[in-house]
Amino acid sequence: MAVKFDIQNLNAWFGSKHVLKNINMKIEENAVTAIIGPSGCGKTTFIRCLNRMHEITPGSRVSGKVIFNGVNIYDNGVDPVMVRRKIGMVFQKPNPFPMMSVYDNVAIGLKLNGVRDKKTLDAAVRRSLELANLWDEVKDDLKKSGASLSGGQQQRLCIARALAVEPEVLLMDEPCSALDPIATAKIEALIRELAKNYTIVIVTHNMQQAARVSDYTAFLYLGELIEYGATKQIFENPKHELTEKYLTGKFG
Amino acid sequence: MDHHKFRVIKDRLIQFLVYLALFSALIPLFSILYEVGARGFSTINIEFFIKPTPTVGESGGGVANAIQGTLITIGLASLIGVPIGLMSGIFLSEYGESKLSVAIRFLHDVLNGVPSIVIGVFAYALITRSIGFSVTAAAFALAVIMIPIVTRTTEEALKLVPMSVREAAIALGIPRWKTTIIVVLSSAKKAIVTGILLSIARIAGESAPVLVSMGFWRWWFAGLNRPVANLALNVFIFATSPFENWVALAWGSALILILLVLGISIAARVLIKGRY
Repeated sequence: MAVKFDIQNLNAWFGSKHVLKNINMKIEENAVTAIIGPSGCGKTTFIRCLNRMHEITPGSRVSGKVIFNGVNIYDNGVDPVMVRRKIGMVFQKPNPFPMMSVYDNVAIGLKLNGVRDKKTLDAAVRRSLELANLWDEVKDDLKKSGASLSGGQQQRLCIARALAVEPEVLLMDEPCSALDPIATAKIEALIRELAKNYTIVIVTHNMQQAARVSDYTAFLYLGELIEYGATKQIFENPKHELTEKYLTGKFG
Repeated sequence: MDHHKFRVIKDRLIQFLVYLALFSALIPLFSILYEVGARGFSTINIEFFIKPTPTVGESGGGVANAIQGTLITIGLASLIGVPIGLMSGIFLSEYGESKLSVAIRFLHDVLNGVPSIVIGVFAYALITRSIGFSVTAAAFALAVIMIPIVTRTTEEALKLVPMSVREAAIALGIPRWKTTIIVVLSSAKKAIVTGILLSIARIAGESAPVLVSMGFWRWWFAGLNRPVANLALNVFIFATSPFENWVALAWGSALILILLVLGISIAARVLIKGRY
């Protein structure tokens, strides 16, 4: 398999709290990897370590390596801004920029990275919104405020916004937890489609969702990686007792 | 006595006291508005807006030079005070908690509490003594009064922008400074503009620091190293003068000043209402 991320001895702290303990795993390219585990196990911290978002929280610290395309993103000469441009992120709650139109929400990443040409921007906005399956719903309202869309549309707008800067990876932090079942189904279908061309890492509370959308599943518990493998194997034949207990609802 | 009745009476009594307090607080406000409105309005005519201060004994005349001077002074003060206040506010909100930011916040609170006359004397010592009584000195004094107001309102406005908005921008690979200037400031711009407008309303009526650093002036704008006329000082000087038409102009100036401040405050309220 083509490895997109090779994570070696990853540790993370908030102040003196040790939230991730010695994580070692490889994440495959153009596949969906789900991170599951009970609340507070470090799922969100884990994916925030993959695009150096963890370090923007005051008092946080990381050690270990995250090798992405052959380069450790925590190496000294690596610019976190460039890392984040390659590794996009979608958050738990839809967070479109409140004062911007739908168009600007998608175009802003490119605009602030120096793209001025109107045609290029128009094309990128359309392509991103189409990729996010939102184009047909908003094509006549591109000037409307991004905040005026429904929750599910806002989340797809955020996906389009992340896609517009042409990342290779999309990190998704419980992208459906604030959405109703219909909006959730749309996002899940979108994730499967995007996985053809993007590497996707998704954190989810919802085990059925992990089973539906992911190719690989990692189970985290108290900051440790307990089990990691093909989703089918994890769900049908977990090797570790903790994984089985979590999946069968004995705790969590 | 029936317990319920007792509570009803207590409730009525407290309600009565609250309304009484409210009305006694409103009496001075409305009597000022009424008096200034009634007396000021009768002096206002076209001449009032296009003619400068009359010389002693001359009839008629207006406050055109004072309107011009007040606008120039406020404009200059904003030119100095708004950028500094804006940037300190951004620093306090966006660049984390450090000993420096705690100290800056404390100093702004102190500055906010300094009597304006003291700030006037400060401007006098620093600027008036070197370049003379001038609009520059007055604008400097007013800028010092503006800075803590703009700083604190900017800081509060930026803190209301959800962290998720900053994170969304940073996760797009937008550098931190661009995130702050374009994404965060644009999300808070209405609240920030409101704060700036309120600080302008506050300095528009200041008289003590203006008197100390610039003094009274009866003519038009004559350069940055010279004084300009000022509405608040018009009220002070004209009202206490023995000339009837100057006293009338004082009422007119007071009315214009109140309307100016009221106008700015209303603009600020309208902006607040439109906030997301």
